[in-house]
Amino acid sequence: MIVAERKPLAEIETALNGCSKVLLVGCGGCVTVCLAGGEKEVSILASLLRMSAQAQGRPLEVEEATIQRQCDREFFAEIREQVEECDLVLSLACGVGVNFFAEMFGDKRIVPALNTRFMGAAVAEGMWAERCLGCGDCILDRTGGICPLARCAKSLLNGPCGGSQEGKCEVDPETECAWQLIYERMEQLGRLEELEEILPPKDWSRGHDGGPGKVVREEVSI
Amino acid sequence: MADFEPKIIAFCCQYCAYAAADLAGSMRLQYAPQVRIVRVLCTGRVDELWLLRAFENGADGVFVAGCLEGTCHFQQGNLRARKRVQYVKKLLDEVGVGGERLEMFFLSTAEGPRFAALADEMMAKIKELGPNPVRRKSEARGETGESG
Repeated sequence: MIVAERKPLAEIETALNGCSKVLLVGCGGCVTVCLAGGEKEVSILASLLRMSAQAQGRPLEVEEATIQRQCDREFFAEIREQVEECDLVLSLACGVGVNFFAEMFGDKRIVPALNTRFMGAAVAEGMWAERCLGCGDCILDRTGGICPLARCAKSLLNGPCGGSQEGKCEVDPETECAWQLIYERMEQLGRLEELEEILPPKDWSRGHDGGPGKVVREEVSI
Repeated sequence: MADFEPKIIAFCCQYCAYAAADLAGSMRLQYAPQVRIVRVLCTGRVDELWLLRAFENGADGVFVAGCLEGTCHFQQGNLRARKRVQYVKKLLDEVGVGGERLEMFFLSTAEGPRFAALADEMMAKIKELGPNPVRRKSEARGETGESG
């Protein structure tokens, strides 16, 4: 899932400056699962904004809505009227949702309430960790299902580096060395000898370095 | 500030703090009458939004009172509530209401006198802190703060 975190309230309030009616829109996708931008987080942020405005003695009307996804066109129809009636929309979606929201409503100011952090997994209750870089050319079969691009601080294709000490990364003693993990997993799988094969330089043009990505599938287009 | 009558909401677990409050009553113990008790099946049910809404609607202080550690009827409800209270304290600090207006207490059914003492302690602290800034402004505009 895409993992995000709420921006500090002060930053959100600065963006709201001068508006009297704001619509908070949550997203029922990834950010609901990572507890950053679902229906509940919309209600919490709405409550905070109302309290803050009230404490400062400035009028602010706060409306709440949550749609199934902010990265698909059809779900915006149900909130069209609410969007048109407000001064500004505060989107609690990931960056994709905010972008798409702005594309859907060209004349409305759409402000992000979250910082989109990474693509990751819920590794424990209340803890999410990065697992994929979206490189566009997956090599996980060669590395025992552990991505060195996302999990090695240097994104090394042939590690580990000299900074790997006792299984930890030199960047942060709390962070496990991805290449140590890869070694252990390959050993467990009985495939250690495959690590002697050097992985060639990667074609980064399939990821973000190749410009904005686009996938087109003619068979599902209408 | 002398005529400030704080509004305090207490979310009390029925297995401990609520029964302790009941015991305080049976024992004819006096404690702050401004403390309004909301009985819950377990403090683990207390939602972040309940706490925020209490402040949004004019409470000057809120406390959550659950079972002693290790004695929750539902195993860990009180410990989960404690984490939630810590989280909401941070939110209240961020919004300018002040996290110190929210507290979590742990007590047993038998602690009627302690319940009365905690209620008084909370009342004294809130009196010192003064009115919830959200309430102060809404009352200045003639709103009651009782809605919702």
